[in-house]
Amino acid sequence: MARVDVRRVLVTIAAPALALVFALAVASLALRASGHSPVDTARAMVTYARQGSTQVLILNTATYYYLAAVAVAIGFRMNLFNIGVDGQYRLAALLSAAVGGAVHLPRPLHLLLIVVVAVTVGGMWAAIAGLLKAYRGVSEVISTIMLNAISTAVIAYLLTPGRLAVSTQGSNNIGTRPIPVSGQVPGLDLIPGANRQVFGLIIVSALVGIGYAVLLNRTRFGFDLRATGRSQSAAVASGVNVKRMVVISMALSGACAGLVGLPQLLGASYSYALDFPTGIGFTGIAIALLGRNHPVGIALGALLWSFLDQSSQILDLEGVPKEIVTIMQGSTVLSVVVAYELVRRYSQVLEQKRVGVALGRTTGATA
Amino acid sequence: MSTEVAPTAVPAGPRPRVRVTPARTVTAALGLVVLLSLVRAISGADDLTSGGAISAALLLAVPIAMAGLGGLWSERAGVANIGLEGMMILGTWGAGWAGYQWGPWAGIVAAVVFGAVGGLLHAIATVVFNVDHIVSGVAINILALGVTQFLSNAYFAGRDGGSTKQSPTVDPLGTLSVPFVGDPLASLEAHHWLLMSDVAGILRGLMTNLSWITVLAVLLFPLTFFVLWRTPFGLRLRACGESPTAAESLGVNVYRMKMIAVVASGAFAGLGGASLALAASSFYQEGQTGGRGYIGLAAMIFGNWRPVGLAGGAVLFGFADALQLRGGAAIHALLLLVAILVVLVGAWQLRRRRVVQAVVALACGGAVLVIYLVTATVPSQLTGSVPYVTTLLVLALASQRLRMPATDGMPYRRGEGG
Repeated sequence: MARVDVRRVLVTIAAPALALVFALAVASLALRASGHSPVDTARAMVTYARQGSTQVLILNTATYYYLAAVAVAIGFRMNLFNIGVDGQYRLAALLSAAVGGAVHLPRPLHLLLIVVVAVTVGGMWAAIAGLLKAYRGVSEVISTIMLNAISTAVIAYLLTPGRLAVSTQGSNNIGTRPIPVSGQVPGLDLIPGANRQVFGLIIVSALVGIGYAVLLNRTRFGFDLRATGRSQSAAVASGVNVKRMVVISMALSGACAGLVGLPQLLGASYSYALDFPTGIGFTGIAIALLGRNHPVGIALGALLWSFLDQSSQILDLEGVPKEIVTIMQGSTVLSVVVAYELVRRYSQVLEQKRVGVALGRTTGATA
Repeated sequence: MSTEVAPTAVPAGPRPRVRVTPARTVTAALGLVVLLSLVRAISGADDLTSGGAISAALLLAVPIAMAGLGGLWSERAGVANIGLEGMMILGTWGAGWAGYQWGPWAGIVAAVVFGAVGGLLHAIATVVFNVDHIVSGVAINILALGVTQFLSNAYFAGRDGGSTKQSPTVDPLGTLSVPFVGDPLASLEAHHWLLMSDVAGILRGLMTNLSWITVLAVLLFPLTFFVLWRTPFGLRLRACGESPTAAESLGVNVYRMKMIAVVASGAFAGLGGASLALAASSFYQEGQTGGRGYIGLAAMIFGNWRPVGLAGGAVLFGFADALQLRGGAAIHALLLLVAILVVLVGAWQLRRRRVVQAVVALACGGAVLVIYLVTATVPSQLTGSVPYVTTLLVLALASQRLRMPATDGMPYRRGEGG
């Protein structure tokens, strides 16, 4: 048994390592081709990441990347592809910002109100896709793409002066009314010596990760969800109401997506304005894939992604095209999955050999 | 590994359905023209059937249609392709890069080649390495964006008229018009007679100032239908999407068929990119695709993985896109059209005695009608969402008879079938 465990550990480490090497190779090639030194570039990136304030930025971005990726992962575990996280979190952020900016309440109540609004809006927007899937058979891929486009339009409509927006003085930017102090979440001094603070909601991120793990692995619902994702017919046979599961898990994914905008909203911008970050939902898809839907894997993926994102800032100053980072991110996603497949095939061959030997056949013939 | 593998599930036989015949398609198209004409007359939004609007709709439908056609090829062979957006981005870049140096035709060729390279990457990942199709597609979308930005920095920045986000201008591709019909149709259109002028406007839009890419794209539809549904090659390719193990048992090289299909898929998406860069504008620009790869995929699903339905979906999106660009009155009139269509769907459901669906449809149609009557214009921010809302409504209300290829998106390994 011990030998198998050692091999399993090796296999688990081998795949991401292989992938990282491959992604680095691709990036080095691209850098070489454009006449930059890969070594100097890497050194600049690492030096930059050593600074405390950079680490704060990395943690901050990873905070919402993590939430987005968990939202996507909930769907993935159920074999649902929620491309709509992007629309869900933007709509949720806008409406919760509007509600949060309109009221004055004691801090716990105020925060609770904002979170409830965000979670409800995200969950309900995603539930539309879930209902359409369960009762009308509409593919959630197509309906969430449509809902993304619709939410963009709805946000543009609502975010105009006279509706939910007020214009900020001295700039062209318009946004919702700023959330008063009672609705703001103070930052944390996690990194000593940094001149910035980590989003307080990083705690919520961590809690969501734990909740995700517990829900999937320790509850009846999580078991049903995973069972439905693995084999729908087997789930039906064991009494799972698949339609209900589709709606609930979609809503749950959307509720999680609703949280995505909050770290930025309650920790930095305090208002949903035209420049509110977009596209986090799509990043979330990539990170969920990178982390293989595992709560810890997603966390590592989010940190890596966020490190790459932040280091693009320094590359710009060094005169290296910062798009190299996007190339690296793309090739990492691809090479991680290729590496897992290669390692899986290799270990399968090993397994077959072992079985062959155990059965007294000397050749480990493959199928 | 084991000989006792459970038999694969036998798909249930198709329910009796209304066959989509050429005659029915033509009837439906004619019915739509009559409806458009009526709506135009009632609402007074002449732009609904003007030659200019139809022409713009066609221009905007082409990239969506090409992405959809790419999706059709790939998914018919069983490979889900969410990377169409990325392949399209590669196409727009290739069109700009080759176009400004060697002319627009070279741009088209480069776009097709660049798109095909994206397709090849997807094919290698999904077919050879068995990577999850969605994963690979997402990765290609990210990669394509990064690569084109990177290359723009290297090849466009500092060139005359180029920047890190835009290629230098490409010479126009030239257009094609059916001779002697433009002026008579235009004068007929100007009278705004019911039906006559509308048909004239639509014909004028379809027959004058056609970009060569549009012509090429339109021709690719019958070609695709012929290749996929009327040749042994097409039968084998589709067999790979329905039951690769069955195809394998009959001696089809499933890997090769899938590779060909996915590379072709990328080439189509690349051509769609070329139409954006060379026909809808005259340069490559970052973000030019604007999610049209995804919309193309939606149009394909909307069209039930079939060329004619896909063309219909693409035209719907293109039309709404064009009306949106041309101002609010026409899009407001579009509400009336949507209301009538949804009510018609409801009436049809009622005839088929599906009371719940019928009531929901009639209620939705009534609601849209009320919105049309009580508002004077659609807020400009919301006009863009009309095609998406329409798609959702249509998909939700029309009874669900969409059927994707049976093993679409599933991994396949040779010799591992049941």
